[in-house]
Amino acid sequence: MALAASPVPVTGVGRSFLDEVRTAAGQTSRLEMCIQCGTCGGSCPSAADMDHTPRMLFAMIRAGMREAVLRSNTPWMCVSCYFCAVRCPQDVHIPDVMYALKAMATRAGRYPDSTAPDFSKTFVDNIHAFGRSFEVGLIARHYLRHYMTRLPGVAPMGIGMLSKGRLGFRPKHIRDLDGLRAILDRAGELEESAS
Amino acid sequence: MTSFLYYPGCSMDSSARAYHVSIQSVCATLGVDLHEVDDWNCCGASEYFSISLTRAQALVGRNLAIAEREKNGSDTLVAACSMCYLNLAKTDHQLAESPATAARINEALAAGGLRYDPGAVHVRHLLEVIVRDVGLDAVRERVVRPLTGLRVAPYMGCLLTRPGYDGQWSSFEHPVEFDRLIAALGAEVVDFPAKTDCCGGHMTQINPTTGFELIRRLVSTADRNGAHLMATVCPMCQMNVDAFQGEMNRSFHTSYHMPILFFTQLMGLAFGADPRTLGIGSELVDARAALGHIGIEVPPGPASDERPADAEAPAAPPPRVPRGRKGPELPMPTMPRDGEAIR
Repeated sequence: MALAASPVPVTGVGRSFLDEVRTAAGQTSRLEMCIQCGTCGGSCPSAADMDHTPRMLFAMIRAGMREAVLRSNTPWMCVSCYFCAVRCPQDVHIPDVMYALKAMATRAGRYPDSTAPDFSKTFVDNIHAFGRSFEVGLIARHYLRHYMTRLPGVAPMGIGMLSKGRLGFRPKHIRDLDGLRAILDRAGELEESAS
Repeated sequence: MTSFLYYPGCSMDSSARAYHVSIQSVCATLGVDLHEVDDWNCCGASEYFSISLTRAQALVGRNLAIAEREKNGSDTLVAACSMCYLNLAKTDHQLAESPATAARINEALAAGGLRYDPGAVHVRHLLEVIVRDVGLDAVRERVVRPLTGLRVAPYMGCLLTRPGYDGQWSSFEHPVEFDRLIAALGAEVVDFPAKTDCCGGHMTQINPTTGFELIRRLVSTADRNGAHLMATVCPMCQMNVDAFQGEMNRSFHTSYHMPILFFTQLMGLAFGADPRTLGIGSELVDARAALGHIGIEVPPGPASDERPADAEAPAAPPPRVPRGRKGPELPMPTMPRDGEAIR
C-alpha cells in the first residue's frame, strides 16, 4: 500500500478535537478523509468487544465528543493487525489513530480500565531502565497487580516456560543507556512543545 | 556469502530462543551472514506507540541510525520478529513521508550523538529475504530430509503483510509466498484461511477473553483443516498460540493440541540438522507426535509436559459456543495453488 500523505494540512487554527487527534497521530493519519463506510469495523477481529466501532468513534471525534471518545474502550481493544488499514477505501491509517487515542486518554487519565495503560507503562519503564524489554519483570509486576485471580490458571504455563529455559531472569542492558535516555528525554520535550 | 544487517529483537534472548538458534543454523546452511546491529535497543513493541508517538519514533530511530552508520555494502536491515519489523519499517516510512517529523526525530537523536536519513536502510523481514534473495531453488538444493507427509498450516500473522509498505507480498490477506517455502521443504501445505489473522498480540495480557478468542480461531482453523502443526514467522504469534493454548482450552472447554514451530525450525529439519540444535522440544504444546508422523524423533526434554505426546484427549465437557457465533461457520475459500491465477 502506498501511504498517501494527507491532502489537508493540520493548521492548528481553531483546534477542533479532530485537529487535536490528527496532530497526536503524527500528521499523516488521513483521519479527516473518513467517509463513514464501516469497512473498518466489519474487518476488525475484536470489534465485538468494542464500545464503539472505529467508524462510529471517528464520527464522534468529528462531533467533538472528547470525553466519550477518550473513555471508549475501542482503542484499547485494537490489536493493531492493520486489516482495517489495508481495506479502507480512503487510506485512513486507523491503527495509528488508535495509538494516538490511547496516548491521549492515558495523558488525560481517561480510560475505561487501567489494565492496558499499566501494561504499556510497565513495558516502557523497563525500556528506560534497561534499553531492552524484560519479559519476566513485566509479567510478574503485571499479574501481581491485575491478575491475582488468574495466577492459578496461568501457573502451568509459567512453570512450562521456566522448565524449557524460555524465561530470562536477568534483564539485558544496552551499553549506551545514557545516550538512549538523552534521546528519549529530548523527544519528550519536543512532543510537549509541539502539542 | 550474502551479508545483511540484522536486528534480533528482545525475545530472541528469552521466550523465542528456539527461533534464534534455528535462524543461526539455517543461515549458516544457506550462506547468509547476519551482522547484528551494535548495541540495539528494544523497538517498543505495541506499547511505546500507545504512550508517546515522538518518543516511540526516537526509540526506533536510534536503531535505524546505528544501522545506517554500520551499513557496509548491504543496506538491508533484516528483522525476524514481525513486531520489530513493522516498527522499524513504519518509523522509516513516517520519517520519509514527513520532513517535519524527520527533523524532530533527528533533533532528539542528536542528544545521543546520532542522525538518521530516512530511507537510508531498507527494512525487511527474514522470510522475505529467504524467499526472494536466497530463493526457493537454493532452499530446495539444501533439502536432504524432505518433510514429506507433514501437514503444515502456514501462519504468517498480521504485521508481515500489512500495512505492506513496499507491496512485497502477493496479497495483504492471502499471500502465497510462505506456502511455497513450506512446500519447497517437501511438506504438505494445508488450506489455512486464517493465515494472516491476528494472534491478539498483547491481548492475552490486557484482555484475556479477547485474546483467547483470537487464539481459538487460529487453532481451530488449523485443526479443522487437518494440520499436524502450524508454522510461524513471529515470536509473539508463537508465544500466544503455544504458551496460552492451555489456558485458552480451559477457557472454552476445548482440547486442541496444535503445536506451532518457527519456520526456521522446519527448514533446519529439512536441511538435516539435529532437532535439539534447532530448539525443538522447547515448545509447550509438544510437537514430537506431529514430527513422529514423518519419522523425526526428538529426545524428550528435561521436563515432562502438561500432556504426554501420545495421550488421548481427555474427556471434555461439550464445547462452549464461542461469542458472536450463532451457527456453523461459512465454508471458507480455498487457496490457489502455484500456477493458478490469484483473483
